[in-house]
Amino acid sequence: MRRFLIRRLSLLLPSVLGVVTLVFLFIHLVPGDPVEVMLGESANLADRVALRSALHLDEPLLSQYRHFLAGLLQGDWGRSIQTGRPVRELVFERYPATLQLAAAAMSFALLLALPLGLIAARYPFSPMTHGALFFALIGVSLPSYWFGPLLILLFSLKFGWFPVSGRGGVGHLVLPALTLGLALSALLTRMIRASILEVIRAEYICAARGKGLSTIRVLLRHALPNALTPLLTAIGLQFGSLLAGSVIIETIFSWPGVGRLILQAIQTRDYTLVQGCLLIIALTYLVTNLLIDLLYGYFDPRVRYGR
Amino acid sequence: MVLLLFAAMVVAAPLLSPADPKTQHLGEGLLGPSRLHPFGQDRLGRDILSRLLYGGRVSLMVSLISVGISLVLGTAAGSISAYVGGWTDELLMRIVDVFMAFPGILLAIALAALLGPSLQNVIVALCAMGWVAYARISRGQILILREMQYVQAAECMGAGFGRILFHHLLPNARAPLIVEGTVGMAGAILAEAALSFLGLGVQAPTPSWGSMLSEGRSYLLIAPHLTLFPGMVLALVALSWNFLGDGLRDLLDVREGTIRSDPFSS
Repeated sequence: MRRFLIRRLSLLLPSVLGVVTLVFLFIHLVPGDPVEVMLGESANLADRVALRSALHLDEPLLSQYRHFLAGLLQGDWGRSIQTGRPVRELVFERYPATLQLAAAAMSFALLLALPLGLIAARYPFSPMTHGALFFALIGVSLPSYWFGPLLILLFSLKFGWFPVSGRGGVGHLVLPALTLGLALSALLTRMIRASILEVIRAEYICAARGKGLSTIRVLLRHALPNALTPLLTAIGLQFGSLLAGSVIIETIFSWPGVGRLILQAIQTRDYTLVQGCLLIIALTYLVTNLLIDLLYGYFDPRVRYGR
Repeated sequence: MVLLLFAAMVVAAPLLSPADPKTQHLGEGLLGPSRLHPFGQDRLGRDILSRLLYGGRVSLMVSLISVGISLVLGTAAGSISAYVGGWTDELLMRIVDVFMAFPGILLAIALAALLGPSLQNVIVALCAMGWVAYARISRGQILILREMQYVQAAECMGAGFGRILFHHLLPNARAPLIVEGTVGMAGAILAEAALSFLGLGVQAPTPSWGSMLSEGRSYLLIAPHLTLFPGMVLALVALSWNFLGDGLRDLLDVREGTIRSDPFSS
């Protein structure tokens, strides 16, 4: 297990490096002079020179990269151009909100997808299954920026069950998590169903049935764990799309997360802040996938011991 | 399932026949559906139906072009890398990993933010987001196919790299790529609308379904039709493409990617 851990961690390193490099290059991909773009045309020379040297933009690329890396390791992610506050502070202020939203959406998605997928697999040709699969298709086609406002219209404005926006108690979490998790639940339903269908054909399922175990017990105790494990990787990948989707959801529901922060940063051309947000999201994604892989290794010994 | 192929076509076709032009009628803001304006009017009195139609042309064009480019680039990268193997392959896989570390829309948003909002930049952003899928799929296919006997026979007979690729490998690798292409269309349409929704896509006064949804948010309670119709159309089109992809998947017997990417099935 330990060797697997070490191996997997060592794979993480180049990815992290790649991500960091890409984020670093971000400022340099701006067409034109980044400093001019950030400060606008009316900025005076002194400000421009100051910004340029603060961002080390007057130095050769490689030494800028060095500065960037060194800063990251020391916890200095630069300062926001707009507010002057350290980027790291700004980002980590909003980070828990985004994590909360993503976790809630994932939970909702799993809660919905597991029973649906199970039923769809157990009764392959029933109307329930057709309904579930149809729901799955619709779920991935519905744009969140339509579904979200629609939910707001119905449940917040017309019925008044939930608050319209902002972060607060559980009530505030419901609508955003629902919107964000819908597409994921649709996708998961199909994947769970497919996976269970594959697993059901195995001999041990037949044996369990032969022993006289009830359908529920066979499904839940024997089929499901074996079906879910290969899906772990896919779920990890989908977590990334949750993080990405949070940008839109946070905008719609005025949820104070990193997604909304990055959008605001983009609108104000606050590129150092954008870099910080990109970094945290990408790193979260990488770490999540690492954890998922480790979990997979824990559950499935075959993965641990290599090919 | 194939019936919904027609749905996709039907939805796409009317976009080519524009209704009224997108002129403003400033005195008639936010009116609901009426005889003259079947879907109602927006904040500036513009007819929503015709804005939907024009916006549809934009969406269709953007998604077709970006999926097309992604497909070509991704397939080229993936198949060449898989066929040549060695460190070229390793390099590509690392690049793909880095791209995949930025979840979908985020990359598109970052690029669109960087390059400024415009039609071309939306296409660039969507391509950057999409090529990875085609690269992985084509690579997976080619890795399997290149061990086939007919490929080895062709190599023995002296067939060149290009011929093997275009004549033998790619035609047999088509199926999952086509399926991914149709699903990718749905994704591209939604992504373009998302970018426009966030203000990073097509700019006013050019209509786009996403920006229409964004405008509609401010008037949700008093003029829900601003949000209702664009979203419905968007969902329908995406649904049609997804249906199409699904039908094709069943037809071409492509197994869903998750089970395929099993780590211990060599």
